[in-house]
Amino acid sequence: MDTEKVAEMYRKMLEIRLFEEKVFELYGQNLVPGTIHLYAGEEAVAVGVCSNLRKDDYIVSTHRGHGHCIAKGANLDKTMAEILGRRTGYCGGKGGSMHIADFSIGVLGATAVVGAGIPIATGAGLSIKLRGTDQVAVCFFGDGASNQGTFHEGINLAAIWKLPVIFVCENNLYAMGTRQTQVMLTKNVAERACAYGIPGVTIDGNDVLAVFQATKEAVLRARRGEGPTLVECKTYRHKGHSRFDPATYRPKEEVEEWLSKDPITRLKRQLLQEGTISNAVLAEMEKEVTESVEAAAQFAKKSSFPLPGTALEGVYV
Amino acid sequence: MREITYRDALREALIEEMQRDKTVFLLGEDIGLYWEGAFKVTKELAKRFGVERVRDTPISESAIVGAAVGAAITGMRPVAEIMFGDLVTLAMDQIVNQAAKIHYMFGGQANVPLVIRTPFGGGVNIAAHHSQSLEAWFMHTPGLYVATPSTPYDAKGLLKTAIRNDNPVVFCEHKLLYPIKGLIPEEEFTIPFGSADIKREGADVTIVATMFMVHEALKAAETLEKDNLSVEVVDPRTLIPLDKEAIVSSVKKTGHLIVVTEDCKTAGVGAEIAAIVAEEAIDYLDAPIRRVAEPDTPIPFSPTLEKFVIPNEESIIKAVKEIV
Ligand SMILES: Cc1ncc(C[n+]2csc(CCOP(=O)(O)OP(=O)(O)O)c2C)c(N)n1
Ligand SMILES: [Mg+2]
Repeated sequence: MDTEKVAEMYRKMLEIRLFEEKVFELYGQNLVPGTIHLYAGEEAVAVGVCSNLRKDDYIVSTHRGHGHCIAKGANLDKTMAEILGRRTGYCGGKGGSMHIADFSIGVLGATAVVGAGIPIATGAGLSIKLRGTDQVAVCFFGDGASNQGTFHEGINLAAIWKLPVIFVCENNLYAMGTRQTQVMLTKNVAERACAYGIPGVTIDGNDVLAVFQATKEAVLRARRGEGPTLVECKTYRHKGHSRFDPATYRPKEEVEEWLSKDPITRLKRQLLQEGTISNAVLAEMEKEVTESVEAAAQFAKKSSFPLPGTALEGVYV
Repeated sequence: MREITYRDALREALIEEMQRDKTVFLLGEDIGLYWEGAFKVTKELAKRFGVERVRDTPISESAIVGAAVGAAITGMRPVAEIMFGDLVTLAMDQIVNQAAKIHYMFGGQANVPLVIRTPFGGGVNIAAHHSQSLEAWFMHTPGLYVATPSTPYDAKGLLKTAIRNDNPVVFCEHKLLYPIKGLIPEEEFTIPFGSADIKREGADVTIVATMFMVHEALKAAETLEKDNLSVEVVDPRTLIPLDKEAIVSSVKKTGHLIVVTEDCKTAGVGAEIAAIVAEEAIDYLDAPIRRVAEPDTPIPFSPTLEKFVIPNEESIIKAVKEIV
C-alpha cells in the first residue's frame, strides 16, 4: 500500500487518541459539561473506514462519535469547542459531546439514541440513489445497537433497495456493562447479514489496514450500485463506557490483552519494522498532532459560552 | 421515621413488592449484576433475587415493553426500566397502542399490570436526547396511569401502589431527585393514586408543581415569604388520575394559580391543569393563570443554554410577582 496513505492513517489515529486524551484531561478540570464517551482504542475503525471516503460521502455517528468525525475530517477546534459547550463549537453549544455534526464534510450528525442512526444512513443512501450520484453513506454503530429493531429495519430496507450504504458495527464486546455474549447467541454480528441477503464480514478492528481493505471492497460495491455491506470490526474501548465508569465488569486479563493490541502502537511497530517510516518522521508527526490538539483546547477554552437567549433560536428554520 | 434517598426509596419499594409477590419481576438494560441500573436503583437486586427475576435485556426498548405487556396479560407483574425517559419513544407503540388499550379493546378480558419506570428531566448537561420531560404524552393516552413522585416518601409509596395496580403505569422519575433525601416511616405504607399532597400550606398563591419543580417551588415559596407572600405548594403526585379536587380547592382559597412543570409549555401538563381550573374555578381567580415551563425547545447542551430553558426558583418568583 501507498506509504503516504498509511502514514496519513497513522496521523489520523494519533490525532483521535491525543484529542480524546485531551478531552479526558479537560473533563478532569471540570471544563467539559455532562458526560463523555471516549473513542480511545477504537481509532482503527473510524480511520480505516473513512480513509476510503470522499469529502462528499456521508457518515452517521454515535454517542462515542468524536473519532468518527475527526476521521472524516472534522475541525479539531470546533469539535473541542462543542464538547466544552462554547458558541464557537460545531453546533453553537446546542449539541455537545454526543452530538457533533459537520454537514459540510458529510458528517450527518451523531445521535445518542442507540441504533437510531441505522435507518438514517439508509435514508442517506436512498437519497444518493434518487439523485443518481456515486456517493456512499456509512453508518457507525455498536454491538449494543445491533439488537435494536432499527438494525433489522434499516439494513433490510437498504438491502432490498440496493442502497449504497456500509453498515459498520464497532463491536467493542460491551454495551455499557453488558457483554455481547449475554445478549446475542451468534458469535459475530456480521452473521446476521445473511438474513438480509447481503455480504457480512467480521474483521480485526484494531488493524487499520484490515479495516481499510474490507471497507474498500464494501465502498466499491456500494458505488457500483450493488447494495449494502455489513462490516463488523472487533475492537475494544480503553476506558469505561463513560467518564465515571470504572469498567470493573471487564476481566483484567481481557483488558490487558486488548491494550496489547492497541491499534496505534501496532501500526507504529509495523511501520518501523518494515522501515517504511523512520522514528524521526513519526516523532515530528507526533509533535505536530500534539500541537494541533493543544491549539484546539486553547481555542475552546478561550471561546465564550453561548448567550442564554440563543437557546430559543433555531427550533424551526 | 428514617431518612433515605429517593433512589433507595424506590429500591425498597421494589424489594418489598418482590418479596410480597412472586409474580413481580424486573427487566431493563443494565439493571442486573454488572451495572445495577444506570442510576443504581436496582443495586444488589440481581444478587438478591437472582437473574431470573432481575433481567438484563439487550438494547431493545420496544421488546422490553412489549415483553412486559405479554407477561402482564398472562399472570406476571413486570416492572420495566427504560434507562432514559427520552427512550420511551422507542417503545411508544407498545405503551400507547398495546399496553394502554388491551383492557378496553378486548372488552375487559385482560388486565395489564405493568409498571414502566423511567427518569425524565434535565439539569445535567446531557443534551436533547437525554433530558426531556414527556409526561404529558402519557396523560394524553387513556388507559395509562402516570405517577410523578417528588420525594423519597412519595417515590416509595407510589411505586408500591403502581406495582399492585392492575393498570399499566408510567412511573416518572427524575435524574436530579435520585440523591435527595427525605423521611419515610419505618412501617410499610402505600400512597393511593389520585391523591395530591400539599407540600406547603399558604394563603396567597397556589403553585402546582411536579417532580423536581416541587423543590424549586418550595425554594421560591421560602424566598417569597420574606416579601410577606404566603405560597401554597400543591404536588399532584399522580397526573392520571389527577386530584382535581385538591388543586381546585387550593385555588378557591388563594385566588391565584401558577403551574410549574419541566415539560414543554405547549399542550403540556400545565395546560391541562390550567384548563381544569379555568373550567371549575374561574370565578375564584383574582389574576390570570401563569404556566412556568420549558419554552418549547429541545433541551440544549451548553450549561448557559440549558439553565435558561429549565424553570427554576427565579423564574417561578418572577411569575408569582407578575400576578400578585
Ligand atoms: C435507545 C437507547 N437505549 C439506551 C441508551 C443508553 N445507552 C447509551 S450508550 C449505551 C450502550 C451502547 O452500546 P454499543 O451500541 O455497543 O456502543 P458502545 O457504547 O459500546 O460504543 C446505552 C445502553 C441510549 N442512549 N439509547
Ligand atoms: Mg459496544
